[in-house]
Amino acid sequence: MTSIKYETVIGLEIHAELQTASKMFCGCSADYSSAPEANTNICPVCTALPGAMPVINAKAVEQAILVGLALNCTINPHNTFARKNYFYPDLPKGYQISQYDLPIASEGWLDVPADSGKGTQRIIIRRAHLEEDTAKTFHRGDHALIDYNRAGVPLLEIVTEPDFRSVESALAYATKIRAILRYLGVNAGDMEKGILRFEANVSVRPVGSDEFRTRTEIKNLNSFRALTRASTYEVERQIKVYENGGQIVQETLGWDEARGVTVSQRSKEHAHDYRYFPEPDLPPLELSQAYIDSFHAHLPELPDAKTERFLREYGLKPQDAALLASERSLADYFETVVKQTRDSAQTVCNWLTGALLRQVNELGLSVDAIPVPAVHLAQLIDLAFDKTINGNTAKSVLVEMFQSGRAPKEIVEAQGLGQISDEGVLKEMVIKLIADNPKEVTSYLGGRETLLQWFIGQIARATKGKANSQAVKQLLLDEFEKLKK
Amino acid sequence: MTEHSFQIDADMVKHVAYLVRLGITDEEAQGFSQQFSAIIDYFNLLNEVDTSDTPPATQVIHASMVLREDVAQPSMSREEFLKNAPESEDGYVKVSTVLGEE
Amino acid sequence: MDLNSLTLRSAQEMLRSKQVSSVELTQAMLDRIHKIDPQIQAYMTVTDELALEQAHQADERLAHGDNVTPLIGIPFGVKDCLSTKGVRTTCSSKILENYVPQYNATVIEKLSDAGAVLLGKHNMDEFGMGSSCENSAYFPTRNPWDLSRVPGGSSGGSAAAAAAGMGLFSIGEDTGGSVRMPAGFCNITGLKPTYGRVSRYGLIALVSSFDSIGPMAREVYDVATVTEAIAGVDGRDSTSAAIPVPQYSQSLGKSVKGMKLGIPKEYFVAGMEAGVESAIHKAIEQFEALGMEIQEVSLPHTKYGLPVYYLILFAEASANLARFDGTRFGLSVRDGAEDVIDVYLQTRRAGFGDEVKRRIMLGAYTLSAGYYDAYYLKAQKVRTLLRQDFEQAFEQVDALIAPTCPTTAFKLGEKTADPLEMYLSDIYVTATNPAGIPSLAVPCGFSQGMPVGMQLMGKHFNEETLFQIGHAYQQVTDWHKQLPPIG
Ligand SMILES: [Zn+2]
Repeated sequence: MTSIKYETVIGLEIHAELQTASKMFCGCSADYSSAPEANTNICPVCTALPGAMPVINAKAVEQAILVGLALNCTINPHNTFARKNYFYPDLPKGYQISQYDLPIASEGWLDVPADSGKGTQRIIIRRAHLEEDTAKTFHRGDHALIDYNRAGVPLLEIVTEPDFRSVESALAYATKIRAILRYLGVNAGDMEKGILRFEANVSVRPVGSDEFRTRTEIKNLNSFRALTRASTYEVERQIKVYENGGQIVQETLGWDEARGVTVSQRSKEHAHDYRYFPEPDLPPLELSQAYIDSFHAHLPELPDAKTERFLREYGLKPQDAALLASERSLADYFETVVKQTRDSAQTVCNWLTGALLRQVNELGLSVDAIPVPAVHLAQLIDLAFDKTINGNTAKSVLVEMFQSGRAPKEIVEAQGLGQISDEGVLKEMVIKLIADNPKEVTSYLGGRETLLQWFIGQIARATKGKANSQAVKQLLLDEFEKLKK
Repeated sequence: MTEHSFQIDADMVKHVAYLVRLGITDEEAQGFSQQFSAIIDYFNLLNEVDTSDTPPATQVIHASMVLREDVAQPSMSREEFLKNAPESEDGYVKVSTVLGEE
Repeated sequence: MDLNSLTLRSAQEMLRSKQVSSVELTQAMLDRIHKIDPQIQAYMTVTDELALEQAHQADERLAHGDNVTPLIGIPFGVKDCLSTKGVRTTCSSKILENYVPQYNATVIEKLSDAGAVLLGKHNMDEFGMGSSCENSAYFPTRNPWDLSRVPGGSSGGSAAAAAAGMGLFSIGEDTGGSVRMPAGFCNITGLKPTYGRVSRYGLIALVSSFDSIGPMAREVYDVATVTEAIAGVDGRDSTSAAIPVPQYSQSLGKSVKGMKLGIPKEYFVAGMEAGVESAIHKAIEQFEALGMEIQEVSLPHTKYGLPVYYLILFAEASANLARFDGTRFGLSVRDGAEDVIDVYLQTRRAGFGDEVKRRIMLGAYTLSAGYYDAYYLKAQKVRTLLRQDFEQAFEQVDALIAPTCPTTAFKLGEKTADPLEMYLSDIYVTATNPAGIPSLAVPCGFSQGMPVGMQLMGKHFNEETLFQIGHAYQQVTDWHKQLPPIG
């Protein structure tokens, strides 16, 4: 029996909720997650009362253009909305207003690390279009309850070609999209809240073949972990089906996180026939080229460009540069600290990627809300740079800074650390002093014990009086004791 | 009964009835099948128009659309909203569940 | 003084000169409704208390000379497809039997701000689907000129109410002749404005790209006055046009001498009732006498107007009516349902009438994969040609004239058996809606005792010209002054 090797083929759809104040087609607050109760951000439009009509949110259009440009898409000056018709309790109008044949953005790309491990591969983005989110339903007993607070929240759906040949590259792409959306300030990337959701179209084929076999769609993947596990599971499942001589059925699947399996979503909607047609309540959205071009100026430096610059400008290691550039707030923080400290960019990088991120993670904080101001971290690094405190002390000061929010200098003074009672620092100085002054040492060891005061005085001068003289005296005595032996 | 060159059979009627979630009986489907065939047959009149160079109408009037400024407005009254709902519970609209859902 | 035979204009003068109060006027209207409407059944809902309260407020505004608008204190009724806050709105459908909107349509808001007094809601063909008002799920409305005949549709209640003095004007809605055809059948004046001229926000949509809300009243002045009050751009309707609204009522009275009136030859073909044809020809002679130049024009795609109209209607209506699913409002048939899909199937089966069912099923059919290009897309292409026909005609003439219907009002039950035959009664009025142009229906005579209506069609946003021509006609004719023999 010859065993065929199979290749993974994945296409991704990412649904990202846009960060607007109001909904896509009405003035209700889009912030459903902080609504105190169900159905408190509603109006005739988003609950589909008879006679209500949609009006497009300008901000959602702006954000869609920004994302489109960031993903190297063409922004279509003439784009239209369409009705996607189906019945479901979470869809109040009986149709979703979406974009169909003329989306706002099309034909873009994004580079991700190549599967070979060398260089990059280009993923083609077919389209990005605006649409509205559905209501939230949940089950209680034998019935379902509906909350329309989420109904009508703007969504941007970003669709790739089936260009991924591994689950890893799909994950790398998804991670990068999340970073870009966060950079643009159009999506917080918070997956627990479902504001970023994935859908993977998965098929497999014999290596070397260029056919596209029947694919399955795994819907509603709400985390990178779910994306990875579900896609991996589905690839393996399909290979097994083929190996056993079976066929793959085109279907929609769900992901059962607890059991770790994909499950067919049985539904009475046997054949999906969405009967798309142009939304007559919304004239075509006409965007002038000048208007579209004006967004280039609003486009921030994106993760890839920033990584490049960090390599060039600061001479960081590639993985450090990429880590810092993965979050706009972290990158900005880094650069602010670099500007304010006398130490090197690499030192700042070490602090950030080491002690600081460790604290952030331990405390379960977001990199968007680091409680330590950049200027404080710069001070701390300078204190270490000046040898006012040594590295270990600095790390414990940082912990204190996270806890109290106080400036490092304050902490150092309050705890007497500024007197340089730090043994490590003082010991270094003492050893250096002894090494630099052999005549005086010989004289002292020869019995001229009054010289001890001279040695203490030298340390005091070097530390501008901050050295703890008791500690210095003891250290000197210890060192002389060693020399005597 | 008139013969139509064009037929929409009862199965097709039942299919489209389901698409728009309309419960109909077999007998009704038969009746609609006759009417639909007559209507669509008449509408096939459009086939004689050459539209190979004609774009579809997207907008009958040419008035530029104004987008809405992104400002959140207060919600309408939930109490009033739920008054119209056939059933509600704890501020939610209540419906039967969908079979075959997880 | 018979307050029920007043025109809006004469009522306006009497209110301002304090010969009558709005409360008196409103009470007279309500009395007449209670007296004669049991025979006509133009009203679905009468809002006595609310009307008298609004009339009282109008009287206070009049007494203080506070914000005295042209419509202050004027009682009116509205087709039951416009959302009225706190007042049941049914679209004459069982599916909305107990639906009470929690917001007002923009048009209702504007009329309320102007101080007009709402008498109630008018019966109609269910969701506007019909040409006779017999498709109301509740009861048919009868023509005040002959109770055995239909008032036309779908704004049949609105036409009958205005004709029978049960309101000084009506707010109707025209998707494919629904204002003009019943206006013709009931001998009143009615406007289908340019698409986008009047906000649709709060109008329960039938065909979103055709629906036009328009006034119906005794004479052109009245219709022009109401149009002024309800027209204009609305931030809640993306399809409403940001084009200034002229003072229509102030520009009436200009001579029509030298203006060009086009006769679309395709409209004057076999099938027109003789009495209708002769009334239209007499009207054309009248326009000639007024100094207008009469010219034959061609609208070559006329015969395709009806299929284009219906195919687009089916598609849009099938989606527009999807929200009636028994979840948030209206009828919900839940007994014996296994799941929510059963609720949908049962509710919509019980809630919609046959005509509605036909149209939404045909909509699903024509939009389905495999049929979209042949029906929906094809209709949208021919729609472009229909619009171009009108554009080319309006390069030659200022307005077009045509009958509103090939016949006068027919008997109840006469056309209900065959849906296609009913569709054909709309042959003269349907083409205007896909093209979006305005059209004014004006009474122009009688055929065997029943009123005949003509329509004047104009360029986009050129209602002013239609009012000018219609008004000039009404200065030299008295057809519009004829009142139905009722009450
Ligand atoms: Zn809303």
